[in-house]
Amino acid sequence: MFNFDAIIKSLSEVGTTILAVLLIVVLLEVLLYLILVKWLKVKNSLVYMLISPAILGLLVLQVYPLLWEGYISMTNMSLSHFFNFDFIGLKNYVRVFTEPVLKQVRFFPLFWRTILWTAINVVFHVTGGMILALLLNREMKLRGFYRMLIIIPWALPQVVAAMAWRGEFNFEYGWINIMLKNIGLQPVQWLTSPIPNFAAMCIVNIWLGIPFMTVILLGGLQSISGEYYEAAEMDGASNWQKFWKITMPLMQPIMSPAVILGTVWTFNTFNISFFINQYELESSDILVTALFRAAFQYNRYGFSAAFAFIIFFILLIYSTIYARSTGALKGVKD
Amino acid sequence: MTTQRATINPSTLEQKQPKKRKSNFFRANRGDSKFKRLIIHIILILYCLISVYPLLRIFSVSLRPGNRVLSTDLSIIPPDATFENYEKVIFEQGLFQWIWNSLAVTITTAIIGVIIAATSAYAFSRYKFKGRTTLLIYLLTTQMIPTAMLMVPLYILAINLNLIGTYRGLVIAYSVTSVPFSIWILKGYYDTIPTELEEAAIIDGASPLQAFWKIILPLSTPALAITFLFNFSQAWNEFLIARVILGSNEAILTWPLGLNRLMGQYLVQWGQYNAGAILVSLPVMILFLAMSKYMISGLTLGSVKG
Repeated sequence: MFNFDAIIKSLSEVGTTILAVLLIVVLLEVLLYLILVKWLKVKNSLVYMLISPAILGLLVLQVYPLLWEGYISMTNMSLSHFFNFDFIGLKNYVRVFTEPVLKQVRFFPLFWRTILWTAINVVFHVTGGMILALLLNREMKLRGFYRMLIIIPWALPQVVAAMAWRGEFNFEYGWINIMLKNIGLQPVQWLTSPIPNFAAMCIVNIWLGIPFMTVILLGGLQSISGEYYEAAEMDGASNWQKFWKITMPLMQPIMSPAVILGTVWTFNTFNISFFINQYELESSDILVTALFRAAFQYNRYGFSAAFAFIIFFILLIYSTIYARSTGALKGVKD
Repeated sequence: MTTQRATINPSTLEQKQPKKRKSNFFRANRGDSKFKRLIIHIILILYCLISVYPLLRIFSVSLRPGNRVLSTDLSIIPPDATFENYEKVIFEQGLFQWIWNSLAVTITTAIIGVIIAATSAYAFSRYKFKGRTTLLIYLLTTQMIPTAMLMVPLYILAINLNLIGTYRGLVIAYSVTSVPFSIWILKGYYDTIPTELEEAAIIDGASPLQAFWKIILPLSTPALAITFLFNFSQAWNEFLIARVILGSNEAILTWPLGLNRLMGQYLVQWGQYNAGAILVSLPVMILFLAMSKYMISGLTLGSVKG
């Protein structure tokens, strides 16, 4: 059941890691204190002492790897050229668009599929979440009970959910096909044929994502004062008008950040596509899983670094445009 | 600014003013007919079934005896239910070892992440300094980096620093990916604490650092707990980085890697997988459901509002 050597080993490894981090932080603080306070007598030195551990960590483990990845993306690094790689300029960036990214699939089919995947998921998350939130936003019996059952998929670890669903998409023994058969329909080849596999991915991710939206939107609905609706009722507004003229505009400050986050998360969802796509159909890969396979199955490190930057820029452009147009980032400047 | 926060952070509002909300609710929905209520209940019950059934199904498969794991039976408690799979996954597969490994990595990550984020978030919340806005936007931008993107350089770095197959590599990789988000959550919370508190302390002769340590940190315990939980759950459920950094060394697998190993191509250990899944998920789910209200308010505070 337990391997005691492994336990001792893990404890010592983890313990030394914490000690090492603490030591580095203390050293850094002492150094900064001596330089900023004692030597240069900088006025706001406390600020720099407070943010320096995070900045150091991010510089060493995020900025440096990213810069380095930028460099790798201009080399031909791969398994056979792991140490003796050459600088080849921007060739990798051109190759992402002109060569197959994996065995056969090219960049643009992957790109459009990812857009489709993101759009389907976000639309279902927001509409599904909105419908459930509107239904739950009233005095009723069992409200807390429904709410608890609805957020269960969110509470389940994503990896567990993805692997369990993959098993249930089995042709013969999964409950989905058994139920389809019971109501007299043809069972579907969820795992082996391209379109059903993509549909399976969407089903799982929609199921996983609706609870988050429901909870966020329900919170928003509850903060809308009832007086608006009373006034509208006095003026004879229909429910439909109330929804579009009162609820939607007032929900805007909550919806737009949730939609940005939801889109970026869905775009970057790795686990679902990776696990549901059991037989590695290239027709089910989205950009991030293709990136993983290009790097770790085909070992084309230089190429996949370039690919990674292209994906990152797509997300950055999207978020900037969306944030500008809805003003979701206004809070940063306060 | 305060009104904006109130609309954006509805869950705390809900806790603070239950009475007012209730009356608004009541009046806003007085027109619901009995028929309408019935329809609403039916829709909600149907959705709850959709939401819970897959989980019940995991439970049901986990109770099947080894020779009947593959069956087309749809009953929730199979007629010949047994705990055989639970026994096997614990004693033969080493589930507890995997859970222990995960716990060691996850708790370390969360502690380091919270310590680092707590101080810098305070600086972002209270001081205006050069590059503050740029840094905050940078932190938000890092949320857009796909994990798979950092994998290539981290993997090569880990090879060069000899960190492949060690927890050390994993802890370092996890803490860094979770720091930006933690800073946002904590900064959002510090922003809601009035500055007068520290000003009063400083007038009484405390240094700014003492004010932070003695006043702000104790007041922020809930937010620190939420941040800890976020970091914890992120690392707890992580598969990709663990797979690349830990490799396939038997003794050091985290539970997602271990369970994934049970998911062989031909559903051989399907029952054991489901038993393991239940054992791993149940505590996490109970914790999550109990904390969900606070988690959500923390999430909206941190990610939505600067």
